[in-house]
Amino acid sequence: MPHKTFFAFILPSLIAMVLFIALPIVSVVVQSFHVEHPRVMVEVENCQPFGGCTKEMQVNSAAMAQLQAEQPMGQFNGFGTYLNRGHLAVNEIGAILSSNSGFGDVVARIYNLPFYKALAFTLVFCFVVTPLAMGLGFVIALAVNAIPKMIKGPVIFFSLLPMIITPLVGSLILYWMIQANGIIGASLQNLFNDPTLSLRASPVLTWASLLFYGVWTNAPFSFVVFYAGLQTVPGDTLESAMIDGASRWERIRYVIIPHLAPLATFVALVQLMDNFRVFEPIVGFSAEANATSLSWLIFNDLSGDAQLFGSAGATSVLTIAGVIVLLMPVLIRTWREFNHKVV
Amino acid sequence: MKLMLKTTVSLGVLCLTAGAAFADCGIEGAGSVRILSNDFEALRLVNTTAEECAADGVTVTANANAEHKNLQVPALSINPAEYTVAVVANNSIVPLLNDDLIRPLDDLVAKYGASLQPNQLIKIDGKVMAIAFMGNAQHLFYRKDVLDAAGVAEPKSYEDILAAAEAIKASGAMEYPVAASVKPGWDLAAEFVNAYLGTGADFFAPGSAELAIDNENGLKVLETMRALTAYMDPDYLTFDANSIKAEYEAGNTAMMVEWGSLAGATIDEEGAAEGVVANTVLAAAPTIGGGSIPAVALWWDGFTIAKNISDEDAAASFQAMVHGISPEMVAANPAVATWLVAGYEPGPAAVGVIATANGGARAYPMQPYMGLLHTALSSELAEFMAGTEDAAQALADVKAAYDTAAKEGGFL
Repeated sequence: MPHKTFFAFILPSLIAMVLFIALPIVSVVVQSFHVEHPRVMVEVENCQPFGGCTKEMQVNSAAMAQLQAEQPMGQFNGFGTYLNRGHLAVNEIGAILSSNSGFGDVVARIYNLPFYKALAFTLVFCFVVTPLAMGLGFVIALAVNAIPKMIKGPVIFFSLLPMIITPLVGSLILYWMIQANGIIGASLQNLFNDPTLSLRASPVLTWASLLFYGVWTNAPFSFVVFYAGLQTVPGDTLESAMIDGASRWERIRYVIIPHLAPLATFVALVQLMDNFRVFEPIVGFSAEANATSLSWLIFNDLSGDAQLFGSAGATSVLTIAGVIVLLMPVLIRTWREFNHKVV
Repeated sequence: MKLMLKTTVSLGVLCLTAGAAFADCGIEGAGSVRILSNDFEALRLVNTTAEECAADGVTVTANANAEHKNLQVPALSINPAEYTVAVVANNSIVPLLNDDLIRPLDDLVAKYGASLQPNQLIKIDGKVMAIAFMGNAQHLFYRKDVLDAAGVAEPKSYEDILAAAEAIKASGAMEYPVAASVKPGWDLAAEFVNAYLGTGADFFAPGSAELAIDNENGLKVLETMRALTAYMDPDYLTFDANSIKAEYEAGNTAMMVEWGSLAGATIDEEGAAEGVVANTVLAAAPTIGGGSIPAVALWWDGFTIAKNISDEDAAASFQAMVHGISPEMVAANPAVATWLVAGYEPGPAAVGVIATANGGARAYPMQPYMGLLHTALSSELAEFMAGTEDAAQALADVKAAYDTAAKEGGFL
C-alpha cells in the first residue's frame, strides 16, 4: 500500500485518537501542574436558624474572580503536587529513611502514606489476578473445547456471565454473598465453626475477597480469546503427536501452549492495563478502609465536599506512567518479535 | 370502531390530567424554574409541590440527585445556568458562595416572602443568601425494652452509652448493642465532626485555616469512637446510615446515633422486626467527655437562587419554591421532616431533632476549608477505627492530609 493511501486510510482514526485520547491527557497533565490561587479571605457575620449569628471566615469572591480572570488555570506549581504527601511524598520518605527503627518500621510508615498504600494494593491486584485469571480462562477454554457440540452453546454463555455483568453490580452481588447472612459468608462460618468470622472486617480477608472477585470477573476474557485460539490449532500436528504416543498433557504442553503463546502476550497486556485501573470492586465491597487503589484516589479527590483537580490530575499522570512501566517488558518483547519476523 | 377509539383516547387523557393538581402560585408572566436538589423524601416532596406551579408560560422541572454536590458548581457556572434553584445544606452552600454563583434574595423576600419566618432567612454578611425550610441532625435512637431489661436508664452521654452497652452485652440479650455509621468516607468523617462539636472546641485557629484538632479534645473524641466499636458488629467499617437503620429495624442493635431525617421511616411499621417500633425512643444526641453540648452537628436544608439567570426566571423560581415550602404543604405532611415553616406542629418523628437543637447543639461549620477537613478525615481515620493505628498517629495523619489539601486549595 502506498504511504499516501495508508495515511488517508488511517486519518479518521488518527483524528479521533487525537481528539479523544491525546488532548484529554494533555489537559490532565497541564492541570496537574497548577494549584488554586491563594484565597483572599474576609470575616463576615453568618446568621442561621440555630445558634444565631457567628463571625466566620469567607472567601472574598469578587477579589477571587479577578485573579481567576487573569489566570484561569490557577497558580503554576510545577511538580509541587507530584512531590507532596498525597502523591510521591518525597519529604516524608526522606524523613522515614533518615530516622527509623528497622526495616519493618520503614515499610509500615511508608504504607501509611495514601499514595503508597493505594499503589501496594494496585500492584498486588495486577500481579495476582492477571496470571490466575489467565490460567483459569485457559483451563475453561480447554474444557469447553472438549465437551460435545450439543451443550457447547449454553456452557459458553454461562462461562461469559461474569464479563457480561457490569463490574459494579458484579462486585455488589459478591459483596452481599459474603456478608454474615449471605450464602458464602454463612457457609464459611459453618465450615470453620467460627460465628464471628467476617470477610469484611480483616484487611487480609478483604484483600482475598477482592482478588477472588478479580479472577472471577477477568477469567471470561482470557477464556474467549484462548477458545478462539484453540480453533486454529493445526489438527495434523495434534494427530502426529498422538501417533507418536503423546499424552493429553504432553499435547497441551508441546503443541497447544506454544501455538497460543502470542495470544497470551496480547491477553496479558490487556489484563495488566485493566487491572492497574482497578476501582469498581473497592466501591462495591466498601473496602476503602482496608484497600484503596490509584483510581480510587482520583475518585476521592474529585468527589466529596472539596474537589482537588490538581491532585487528581497528578495521580492520573502517575497512573499513566505506571501503566507504561508495567507494559514495557511486553512491548519490548513484541517489538523484538516483529523485527525478527521482518528479517 | 373509530369512534370507540376516539372516546377511549379522550377518556384516557381526561384520567391522566385529572390527577395533576394546578396551584395558583401568583407567578406573573413567563419563567422557567429548574430545581437541583439532593435525593431524599422531604426534598422530593418540596420539588413536587413546587411543580404544581407549572402554568401557561411557566415550566417547572426538578432533578433530585444524590450527586447534587458534584453537579451544582459546574451547572451554575455556565450562563444561563443549567438550574435556577439549588437546594443546599450548611456544607453544600459553601462552594456556591466561594465561586459567587448564587444571588442575594433580599428584594425577592420583600416582594414574595410574606409567608417566611425570620429564622428561615440565612444571612451571610448581612444579605439573605438562602431560605431554610427544614432542620436535620443525627440523634439517639434506642430500644427501651432492651435497656430496661438490662436495668439501665436513658443514656445522656457517650459514657452512659458505653456503660449501657456493657450491661446489655453482659446480660446476653444482644451481642452488638451499638451501631454507628462509621463507613470510611463521608459518614466516618461526619461522626468525628459530630463528636468534636460536642467538646465545644473549634476546628480551626480563630481567623485562619490552621487546623486545631491535634489536642486533648481530638484524642478524647477518637478514644470514644474507638471504645464504641467494641460493642459493634465486626463489620462496622462497612456500615453507613442506611445499613445501621436496617440493622436496627431487624432488631440486631439497641442504640444508634442516626439521622433525624430517617426517623419517620424507622418508626413506621414497614420492614421492622416484631417489637422494634413499639419500643423505640427518640432522644437528644449524647454529650461527650462530661460536656453539656449534644455531640452532633445541626443541619438546615434550604434553597438558593442562581446568579447567572434572568431576573424573570429568578422571580418565578423564588415564588415556586415559596409555594413548595408553603405552610399548607407542611400542614399536609407534618411527619416527613422537622420543618422550620410557620405553623408546623412537630410530630413523633421530630422529637429527637428538636431535643437535640434545644440541648444547644452546634451547627455544622460553614468555613470554606471545612470541606477539605471533612475529606481528610474521611480517608485518614479508617486505619484508626480498624484498630491498626493509635489516636495520636491518626490525628497527625489527618493534619498532614489537611495541610496538603489546604495548600493546594490556596487556603494555607
